[in-house]
Amino acid sequence: MIAEPKNIIEATDLSFGYGDFMLMKNISFAVKEHDIFVIMGGSGCGKSTLLHILTGLKKAASGRIKIDGKNLWTSDQTLRKDIMTDCGILYQSGALFSSMTLAENIAMPLQQYTDYSSSLIKELVSLKLALVGLAGFENFYPSEISGGMKKRAGLARALALDPKIVYCDEPSAGLDPISSHLLDDLFIELNQSLGTTFVIVSHELPSIFAVANNSVYLDAETKSIKGSGDPKELLKNPPNEKVKEFLTRGENIHA
Amino acid sequence: MLSCQVLTGEVKVILEGNLCSYDNEAEKAQIYATIAEQKKSKISFDAKKLTDWDSTTVGFLYKLSKGRKEIDVTSLPKDLAHLLQLALKVDRKPPEAKDEKQDFFEKVGENSIKSYKSFCQGVSFIKDSMKSMLRLLSGRAIMRKVDFLFALEGCSYQAVGIISLISFMVGLILAFVGAIQMQTFGVEIYVSSLVAIAMTRIMGAIMAGIVMSGRTGASYAATIGTMQVNEEVDALRTMGIPITDFLVLPRISALMITMPFLTMLSDLMGMIGGAVVGTVMLGFSIDEYWQYTEKALKMSNFLLGILHGFVYGYIIALCGCYYGVHCGRNADSVGVATTKAVVASIVWMIVITGILTVIIEEAGA
Repeated sequence: MIAEPKNIIEATDLSFGYGDFMLMKNISFAVKEHDIFVIMGGSGCGKSTLLHILTGLKKAASGRIKIDGKNLWTSDQTLRKDIMTDCGILYQSGALFSSMTLAENIAMPLQQYTDYSSSLIKELVSLKLALVGLAGFENFYPSEISGGMKKRAGLARALALDPKIVYCDEPSAGLDPISSHLLDDLFIELNQSLGTTFVIVSHELPSIFAVANNSVYLDAETKSIKGSGDPKELLKNPPNEKVKEFLTRGENIHA
Repeated sequence: MLSCQVLTGEVKVILEGNLCSYDNEAEKAQIYATIAEQKKSKISFDAKKLTDWDSTTVGFLYKLSKGRKEIDVTSLPKDLAHLLQLALKVDRKPPEAKDEKQDFFEKVGENSIKSYKSFCQGVSFIKDSMKSMLRLLSGRAIMRKVDFLFALEGCSYQAVGIISLISFMVGLILAFVGAIQMQTFGVEIYVSSLVAIAMTRIMGAIMAGIVMSGRTGASYAATIGTMQVNEEVDALRTMGIPITDFLVLPRISALMITMPFLTMLSDLMGMIGGAVVGTVMLGFSIDEYWQYTEKALKMSNFLLGILHGFVYGYIIALCGCYYGVHCGRNADSVGVATTKAVVASIVWMIVITGILTVIIEEAGA
């Protein structure tokens, strides 16, 4: 019997707001190990904010987040550091350090968190760049490569420490359809071969259907989760009109 | 453990045990050397005794397989083989590196062209800013009042504290150094004249200028530079709004208005600094010190100082805005633009002081 994958992220009763304005109320969901999990929803529903809460950049007003069974908001700084080294983050713009070459960008977390020799770090940097299709671009600066390549390089940096979870904030934003498709393929390949769990914030339907095997739909009006599960299944059997409208781009309403 | 066997037409790399974070450079070097010798041989792997692996293992296998035509990954664990194949799949080749070697004359030529272009750019920017000022005087400039007031706030009362402190200290130092020399001749009362003349004629304006170039000029370059990075400057250009009107004019006007007042403040604080040395260290009474200060003060010196302050205001705002507008598109460029703005404004302040001094001396002021 194959063992059921365990929950690698558990978010329980998360609430968050800016001043009096509540953005999400009592949100709970779980991400299983090796999932490609998509947080979807319309603009302004709090997708990126939820990602910031999951990555520890923002603290929820109430609720709890457990990463691999450990409380993210622990006061133990060593434990917190351990939790964060298990997480890689791909920011919307790539967020590469402009004064460093791609190799230096990727080597930075390795130098910071491992005691690997410089030759081993060099090998790993070459590998990570090759894995994202940027072999030979080690000495290029971020300003010398395209937007799609920046995202790939950002992904290589996110993968530097072989994290268990990689968070991606709107990875397809600003990419042409081919680059977007290649990036989706890359997520699937890396998920299958490295077993990495991906948590992706997106509202690009083709990407969502191509990569996700689990998802949550955030609703800006009710500030809660209005649907969860495999997006393809949600499209077939939408739990409510909101999810149906989103996944069909509102076509059934405006037809 | 890592080792290899040379077979006929094949090099077999043997992977054994736990290879997580494995970094035995000697073993690796031996395998790289063997593979380099057997250029045409196929590379195969024996991973029967491999118990555990991670990215460092894939990194090693990728390095030795890169550029080889025949690689047999069948005996590697499925995920390891998959990752290696994914890494070896070349999506995009980097462009060929340019031959960057230049001889001396090429370098001189390139730098001369760059300097000439940058000079022309600077002249054109000054011209544009002058045109904007004329448009402002004729009431046709596209300048928001709120931008002007915001710039005015940043370079008026907010700068009073730092200018007062620096000028007070300069006046104090000037008096102290002067007093040491003058004491030898018994004419230490003339310290008051020295401080009064120096501060009103040039030092007050220079101190205010240096402080404002570090404080306000740098902030102009950083603000406009960040706008350049965020494509806000491009948006203004495409909307047909002259950037010298919208971004430069409020800042230049604000600094040109406030700098004469800040120069006056600097003059006053410098003289107070001098008075502290005169009364506390040299033992003169306030009345006595003020009497000699009053004798030394000349309206022409005072007005010249104010004129310098006014010109410095223009130079500082112009340099800050120029380097902000011509900033690159990344975070680093904003830092470079800020540094250049401060250096250029101080250098131009000194150069213009030299020119003004010669002109004023020739005019007999």
